Amino acid sequence: MKTLIFRTVAPYLTALMLLFSVFILLRGHNEPGGGFIGGLIAASAFAIYGIAFGVPATRRAMWFHPIAIAGTGLLIAALSGLTGLFSGTPLLTGVWTKSPIIGFDISNVIIFDIGVYLVVAGAVSSIALALESTEDNH
Amino acid sequence: MEAVMSLLVGCFFAAGVYLMLSKAIIRILIGIVLFGNAVNLLIFTAGRITREAPPVIAPDMDRLTGIAANPLPQALILTAIVISFSFFAFLLVLALRTYQELGSDNTVQMRVAEPEGDTLPPLGY
Amino acid sequence: MAVLPNAGADALLMTPTPLADWLVVAPAVLPLLVGAFLIIVRKRLHWQAPVAITTLALVSLASIALLARVWSEGTLVMTMGRWLPPFGISFTVDLLGALFAVANSLIALGCAISASRRVIRSSRRYGYFAFLVLTAAGVNGTFTTGDIFNMYVWFEVFLISSFGLLVVGSTRAQLDGTMKYGVLNLIGTTLFLIATGLLYGIVGTLNMADIMRKLPLIEAAPLMTLATLYLLAFGMKAAAFPVHAWLPASYHTPENATSAYFGGVLTKVGVYALFRVLVMMFPVQLLELQTVVAWVAGSTMMLGALGALAQNDLRRMVGFQVILGVGVMMAGLAIGSAPGLAGGIFYALHSMVAISAAYLLVGVIERRSGSASLNALGGLWKDVPLLGAIAFVLVLSLGGLPPGSGLWPKVMLVQAALEAGRGWLTAAVLVSSLLSVIALGRFFLLTFWRPSSTESRSKHDGTPRVLGVLTVVAIVMGLYPEPFVAAAVRASDGLLDPAAYINAVFGEQG
Repeated sequence: MKTLIFRTVAPYLTALMLLFSVFILLRGHNEPGGGFIGGLIAASAFAIYGIAFGVPATRRAMWFHPIAIAGTGLLIAALSGLTGLFSGTPLLTGVWTKSPIIGFDISNVIIFDIGVYLVVAGAVSSIALALESTEDNH
Repeated sequence: MEAVMSLLVGCFFAAGVYLMLSKAIIRILIGIVLFGNAVNLLIFTAGRITREAPPVIAPDMDRLTGIAANPLPQALILTAIVISFSFFAFLLVLALRTYQELGSDNTVQMRVAEPEGDTLPPLGY
Repeated sequence: MAVLPNAGADALLMTPTPLADWLVVAPAVLPLLVGAFLIIVRKRLHWQAPVAITTLALVSLASIALLARVWSEGTLVMTMGRWLPPFGISFTVDLLGALFAVANSLIALGCAISASRRVIRSSRRYGYFAFLVLTAAGVNGTFTTGDIFNMYVWFEVFLISSFGLLVVGSTRAQLDGTMKYGVLNLIGTTLFLIATGLLYGIVGTLNMADIMRKLPLIEAAPLMTLATLYLLAFGMKAAAFPVHAWLPASYHTPENATSAYFGGVLTKVGVYALFRVLVMMFPVQLLELQTVVAWVAGSTMMLGALGALAQNDLRRMVGFQVILGVGVMMAGLAIGSAPGLAGGIFYALHSMVAISAAYLLVGVIERRSGSASLNALGGLWKDVPLLGAIAFVLVLSLGGLPPGSGLWPKVMLVQAALEAGRGWLTAAVLVSSLLSVIALGRFFLLTFWRPSSTESRSKHDGTPRVLGVLTVVAIVMGLYPEPFVAAAVRASDGLLDPAAYINAVFGEQG
């Protein structure tokens, strides 16, 4: 996929899709959307970048290793369930706080969803990159 | 509606099982995907097909009023989709690696772990 | 944060959860957290093994504390997210789950210690210890959850981690084995999902205690189909006879400590699920299925014994011993009475220890002699008498001879089978034991007593401490079986009378 059109469009497309994936992630709090679908969109963004510029360039652009991203997400998601430890409630209990400064409520639910987003984005892009890199070898 | 869905689930299962009986890994994997989708449809049907309102509690209420759709089957399906998707992706990469290393995607020829003509243990001291 | 609105008082748990209740989820959640952490730092090779071993030691302590609490207080419950059961997912730990969780945690710890010195650098970089810890988390989750769909999810957690564990290193044999293991286990768990979906359609709940309450009240439902589907799905995971083929194809391929963990624990997950689901949820259907289960158990035992006789490769021989053990445990299920189930549970505990030790033993022999073929081995007694003694004890244990740990559970099973009038099953247990003793005796004879044919010997790499400890445990289980028998009997009583389990979950509601 070394066509000029694709290579020109790919960075913009990737950036847009990543932005859109974050939008979907945050929208999932109250409306359709969420971490899983957002993570998939992010992973497709990296996959498109990989198709246009090759896997090594994508790995450099991602900065962190995709598996490390997935591990971080898993850790965040698992930690978000532990808030009950401090409030005398069971595992995975939803906790909301009113925050007058930023104008919206923060809950461990959204933190869990961010964790899911990172797990999916990391795991799926690592698989996509693995499949793409073997294509390059042939 | 349930009858049509059951028929559809049956077709999915039949196609999935047929593909899984193949010798080629890639067909087996596609069969697994169909199998997984059949299960998702099955759970959807087993959770009763209703055309009710979404189970969202109105802001001034503290419980649901009237009949609402059951969100649990959909949550189950979502979980099952995520799991089968990740398994499929993993197995796809694994199948590619296996194909590159063993030079075959035919399960009959994949005998590295269990070589044919393995010697029997000694019968005497 | 702690001030809760009263609106949902009939759906939400209102009493605060004491900190001690977190013990219920600790065996599954703690390794999950650390596994995620190990994935992030997988480049720091020198961190991996110490962190994993420390974690698994903590998990073992938590499981033992949990077992102690369950022993004294009965079944413990923690329901996720403050939703009252059956809406929230209830983690429900009874004696059976706690016993298996302790055994799993300890064996995972042993395998991590054993692997820490040997796992090759490349496979460690790709997260060997992260996968090991995550697999332990998934297995502990399976043992402690009280929700059938959640059990499916934990199955998948340990399954996908075990794929990673199995393929780490990526030799050709491993890729081949993992492919078969992956596809067949995925089909098995999909069958589990099918059965669970249909069960939800019938009962309308996924909480196992709730299902136990409601199933007897339901008339005219295809429950027999469901029970058979569960038997097939879990039988596949346990490697029972017609659906066992993935085990001999894969368990001998990975790193030795991995084989030890898989052979020791992962098949027992299938057996655990069979006990939990069929005995507790489908007791009526199980009565009808008992002849089928007996045939499956008998043929699994015979297959394992004959397969072990036919193998030249030591690891593959142990693989068939795993299958034989699954057959013996399923014999307990086929008998179905309290002593039978207790025998099956005790045998599972013995098998976890003895099979793990056997795989580790084969690993030591392989490194020592450079071969695992019965045709090539010999003369090890002269070189390493201690290893010979360990091997002898393990041969006795696996064969079911005194003073090994395999004797008492088999005695319990044979007694129970005779009481239940299942003569053929008794014969199968005894004949398969005899064949297994022949296979194991030949292994001992050829490997240790036969004069060695080759002179080349690699240097011994340290004393196998984990193997020694496991062997001591096996002897203790054989010489002083009372506590294990008592635990197994209490666990089987809990299985046959689910009232305590149901009360533990729904007690607060009355």
